[in-house]
Amino acid sequence: MFGLPMILINLIIGVIASMAWLGLNALVLVYCERKFAGHIQRRPGPFEVGPHGVLQPLIDGVKLMSKQLLIPDNADGFLFWLAPILSMIPVLVLFMPIPFSPHFGLEVNLGLLLILAFSSFNGLAVILAGWSSNNKWGVLGAARAVSQTVAYEIPLLIVVMTISFMSGSLDMSVITEQQAGGMLHWNIFKQPLAFLIFIIAMFGETNRAPFDLAEAESELTAGFHTEYSSMGFGLFFMAEYGYMVVMSSVCAVLFLGGFHAPIPGLDSWIWMLLKIYAGLFLMIWARWTYPRVRFDQLLNINWKWLLPLATANLLVTAFVMKL
Amino acid sequence: MGRFRKHVIQPILDCWSLIVGLKITGKYFCKPLITVHYPRQTIDSENLSTYGGHVELIGKPKDPATPKCISCMMCVTNCPSNCLKVVKQKAPKPTPEQEAAMKAAEEAGEKVVKPKAPKNPAKFMYDYTKCSLCGTCIDNCPPKSLRFSNNIYWVATSREEMNIDLLARLKEQATEVSGAAPTPKVEAPAPAEKEA
Repeated sequence: MFGLPMILINLIIGVIASMAWLGLNALVLVYCERKFAGHIQRRPGPFEVGPHGVLQPLIDGVKLMSKQLLIPDNADGFLFWLAPILSMIPVLVLFMPIPFSPHFGLEVNLGLLLILAFSSFNGLAVILAGWSSNNKWGVLGAARAVSQTVAYEIPLLIVVMTISFMSGSLDMSVITEQQAGGMLHWNIFKQPLAFLIFIIAMFGETNRAPFDLAEAESELTAGFHTEYSSMGFGLFFMAEYGYMVVMSSVCAVLFLGGFHAPIPGLDSWIWMLLKIYAGLFLMIWARWTYPRVRFDQLLNINWKWLLPLATANLLVTAFVMKL
Repeated sequence: MGRFRKHVIQPILDCWSLIVGLKITGKYFCKPLITVHYPRQTIDSENLSTYGGHVELIGKPKDPATPKCISCMMCVTNCPSNCLKVVKQKAPKPTPEQEAAMKAAEEAGEKVVKPKAPKNPAKFMYDYTKCSLCGTCIDNCPPKSLRFSNNIYWVATSREEMNIDLLARLKEQATEVSGAAPTPKVEAPAPAEKEA
């Protein structure tokens, strides 16, 4: 077709599809977030634009895009605009190794490693954003956000390592395959502590409440994205929702059996989506339940509780596997 | 052992409170909404009665169009936002016959009775844009002539419209009440007849 090799066309379609998936998720999640918040506070949430306010996130997007793109005086323009792009682009790669259904998803034997490696790009994007803003609040916020992401990545890595110890592979489809055959084969029942640590680290890693110190706009001057207007901020925002979806998918694959149904024989991508969205709803629910923690509390939870527990869990698992 | 309990067991027990929190918000999520979609729905009068809107005058029980106010200026003196403005009524000018009678009484060495100014105010202006609804005027009113209205649907497009003539509003309310409710309809003309 048009003299282009087939693989290139496939690639382009793939990129567009994952961008659409990402954008759609962001829209749906913004809407769900606001509706959830509304119902928890016993008010309707967005209601005026479209039936039950369903067009509200679209309108918000239009509003965000119509704003002026600003660069602060004496800021490094190149790095300033590189940062949101660097935050956004890796998310597209992250969807690659996730097996959404038996036939959909790249089989790479380093799938988990790829996800962990590319999701760390966010830390780089954050520090670039804060540094290039020429704003002390930006730098402080970036330092805060990076120390949080780096800290929460360690227990997350250890927990993921525990699971890959058990399955002997870093390929996400292999890990899914090993959880086939009903609910009781899921890793959540084999590794309940690891699941708990993963959930907490997931909140910290995606900067979600109660660990959303990276973006406490009213209390902590927003931090690294203080200077971003329009879609610069929008990209960070979309990337955050993208990371939420990725983390929720990884959680579903590692602990909840991926696309496997609770009862054997009904495997389908619908189960995967259900599990992803259950995870996302847990994150939204928690956001509107818990108050934001203080920064020292945040780091204490990580270094004093999650890290030792994750390490102990890993050692016990290794010991049991060796026996 | 106390340190162990404080630093290890207690945090684990505290984790239960997280579950309790989720349970509470989850319960609220399932409860029906309590907010009202304003232009389509409005609050019933029972709920309105507890709402403190702008300040308004209270009429005399027998003459709802005239306020109980005695122009003592307590509200104006005590208002922290300076949003009330009361003008006292002046004494009516005596007619030529009254003047002649007064002069005659003065010459005769009798006590002269000058016509007194009516106590109710000539003007009672209220600037809603400045008011912070603290209720100090209401607490300090000796004849208890002020109250919070339950007029919550108050919209204006300019500052001037928020400068309310409370006397005019009271008159409006008096006619509205007599027009709307059937029982005061009989009572309302009575004071008018008396005046006549």
